[in-house]
Amino acid sequence: MAGIQPQKLKELVRRVMTTRQSEMDCQGCYDQLDQFVELRLDGKEVSQAMPLVQNHLDRCGGCCEEYEALLEALQSLDGEAA
Amino acid sequence: MSERSNQDWLSELADPAAPEALADLRMLLLRGLRAALSNKIDEDLETVTEDFAQDALLKILDNLDSFRGESRFTTWAQKIAINVAFSELRRRRWKDISLQSIIETPDGDEFTPALLTDPGNSPERTISQFDIMGIVEELVTDELTERQRTAMLAMLNSDIPLAEVARQLDTNPNALYKLMHDARQRLKVRLEERTGLSALEVMELFEEPVPENR
Repeated sequence: MAGIQPQKLKELVRRVMTTRQSEMDCQGCYDQLDQFVELRLDGKEVSQAMPLVQNHLDRCGGCCEEYEALLEALQSLDGEAA
Repeated sequence: MSERSNQDWLSELADPAAPEALADLRMLLLRGLRAALSNKIDEDLETVTEDFAQDALLKILDNLDSFRGESRFTTWAQKIAINVAFSELRRRRWKDISLQSIIETPDGDEFTPALLTDPGNSPERTISQFDIMGIVEELVTDELTERQRTAMLAMLNSDIPLAEVARQLDTNPNALYKLMHDARQRLKVRLEERTGLSALEVMELFEEPVPENR
């Protein structure tokens, strides 16, 4: 197997060393994403209110992408509301 | 747009769904999708979002029972629409790209100390980072299963999402997440053993040095 590029190795160290004993998986995050997004839109301290979701979004690019897209979708609808 | 309560939505969409509720929901989903996808797809935004909205509607109607009322119905529905859209976009983007091709780095850079030197690093700091990275690379080869290594390297070398890797490995995302979590935990424990450093100490070693002159 080819060697890992140095910058990637650094990223790997980060991912490994920030691993927590108990983590939420993608399904768990998805299940609570609507709640999470609403708290965020209401201006609440959501990363403290729902830390497992926040932690998952910090480490999972796929889920984070969907979260940001959901935020955008809802914000645009709020903007359109009469 | 009428202001429906969660209960209104649920009762109007229950089989047989009221046409007006369906139309209103479709419109909401379409607007949301357009906003979210406007700078993400090359092809005709209109057509693509119509398809996604339609697929999402079917999924929503099929899963009304699973709505727990912890958010607004429209938020929950929009979440499903976003998920439907992104799942499909990912599938299209990655379907012809094998995990193996992602893992084989194009220029196969050798892992040498010279590549690690950042300006501003003190010699001790660079050597320590170098040692740790060497150990991590060894551990990835020695401590992980083939499957864990393949998945980990694929996700490290590209932005392929976990769900896509799971599909290519013929497993489901939750199972793969667990496999990756176990892999990371194993590597973490071994790295702590081999270096005698705690996770915090390792992370501190890798923090960006503060430049002297700004």
